[in-house]
Amino acid sequence: MKIQQLSLFVENKPGHTAAPARLLANEGIDIRALYLADTEQYGIVRMIVSDWKKAAGILEAHGYIAKPTEVIAVEVPDRPGGMADVLGALDGSGINIEYMYAFPYPRGDQAILIFRFNDPDAAIARLKTAGINVVAGDDLLKK
Amino acid sequence: MNSTLETRVADCHPASVPDYIPVPELRDLQLGRMQAVVTRAWQQVKLFRSRMNDRGIEPGDIRSLEDIAKLPFTVKTDLRDTYPTGLFASSMKDVVRLHASSGTTGKPIVVAYTREDIDVWTSVLVRCLAGCGLHRGDIIQVAYGYGLFTGGLGAHYGAEALGAAVIPASGGNADRQIMLMKDFGVTAMCCTPTYFLHLIDRAADLGVDLRELPLRAGVFGAEPWTDSMRKRIEGASNIEAFDIYGLTEIIGPGVGCECRYHQGLHIFEDHFYPEIIDPETCEPLPDGTEGELVLTTLSKQAMPMIRYRTRDITRILPGTCECGRAMRRIARIGRRSDDMLIIRGVNVFPSQVESVLLEIEGTLPHYQIILTRTQGLDQMEVQVEVTPQMFNDKIGALQGLQGKIQSALDHVLGIRVKVALVEAFTIQRSEGKAKRVIDRRTS
Repeated sequence: MKIQQLSLFVENKPGHTAAPARLLANEGIDIRALYLADTEQYGIVRMIVSDWKKAAGILEAHGYIAKPTEVIAVEVPDRPGGMADVLGALDGSGINIEYMYAFPYPRGDQAILIFRFNDPDAAIARLKTAGINVVAGDDLLKK
Repeated sequence: MNSTLETRVADCHPASVPDYIPVPELRDLQLGRMQAVVTRAWQQVKLFRSRMNDRGIEPGDIRSLEDIAKLPFTVKTDLRDTYPTGLFASSMKDVVRLHASSGTTGKPIVVAYTREDIDVWTSVLVRCLAGCGLHRGDIIQVAYGYGLFTGGLGAHYGAEALGAAVIPASGGNADRQIMLMKDFGVTAMCCTPTYFLHLIDRAADLGVDLRELPLRAGVFGAEPWTDSMRKRIEGASNIEAFDIYGLTEIIGPGVGCECRYHQGLHIFEDHFYPEIIDPETCEPLPDGTEGELVLTTLSKQAMPMIRYRTRDITRILPGTCECGRAMRRIARIGRRSDDMLIIRGVNVFPSQVESVLLEIEGTLPHYQIILTRTQGLDQMEVQVEVTPQMFNDKIGALQGLQGKIQSALDHVLGIRVKVALVEAFTIQRSEGKAKRVIDRRTS
């Protein structure tokens, strides 16, 4: 149920995000989802890619620090209130979202929410009980 | 130079009398004091005694000034290793003051003074200031930091004993410094040269023309500076700039100072005996040859220093100064034989930065210290390459790490430092080793 997301440290300077993107492109790695968290000095590129092990190998070979992190992908109806329902399922559980991002799913009228939780296993159980679809990595990568 | 009556009066301050002692008398005085201080150190300080014993020498073996070469050296780490009171030659009941400066790692270097030591320190400062043409009636603003740092209180005591009116402004708050200078008609400033450059810039911002103030002299020290800085300072403020030398381990400021001829710095060698050695072989070098300055305190009671290696590279200037002082001169200090940096007057060693990073990280990441100067003020940035161990994909965790490094560095170094996290392998390496310091400060 958990998905490996690849996080990359980049300085907040022109061209610093383009270079690793080009490296991945040259090796045929597809970036399915991406979120860039930024500060004034640096940023963290978080991405879900078609082959995270290969991608990590390529980036590390070029001197980047790329770290896999376990995240959870949740499918929600792409309509007003879709996200609010998912978050509502976590109410009162004490589970904290460390960060999240969203992107539209290419199939149908669904969207995908990516979460990093402080307690992923508890979160999965809680979401499933509420009837929310936690998406497996393979499904997410299908086009 | 302008040999006005005023200058001659200042030079003839009673405290300045030893400056003009005939050389043979000075050498006799030095030998007597050297024998006494070596005896005292041998009797009172275990480290000195055991080192002399190792060499098979005793105080009685010092029969001429040249015999000093028989004595072991003292280095900065000795002060750290014997922290806090291991090198004290007086009991605490006779100590009246402590000062400190940052050491090479962690613990500070602490020095002690008896009443007599404070009197000697004050007297050499009076001789410095009198040699700069200052006297009773002058209004001297001391913008060195007051506190553990020797600069503020050292200059203060000297200026007060000279009979000047002293404004103990301490460091910082440039606007207030300029207001005081202007409103009280300050005639002389004591601070670091870079801080004065900062005041020059700030005064311009405030629309104050320093050239129109009564200010006529600046006694600048605690960091090396260049003749081009002197020209800039003198041109922008219409003052006469003097270089003063000293170090905490020996006494603080006042070990030496320029006179109005500006031909090197007179060392007050009736209290501080200078030698120049080859920093590699440690062999003494003749006057005129460049090497590392080694100082022995001839009259210090609470904490005698025997052959202290200053790491400052200079040479003893041959010949006598036109001013007539018997005190030999050293050339202005331009560099050091170790990697110590002086930032806003504060001593900083790259090893201090390393120990902080090591403590926080568990391993030593690649890092680089970048020094720049903005508006006359030194800025220090420490760039740290992010390692896989450090990297966390939560922004808050990285910011927390950055803040932790920053506050540990501020604490250990005693100055404000900027910390930047940078990508791995971005710090330039030469032969596999990263260049630790990039100094972009220009005069």
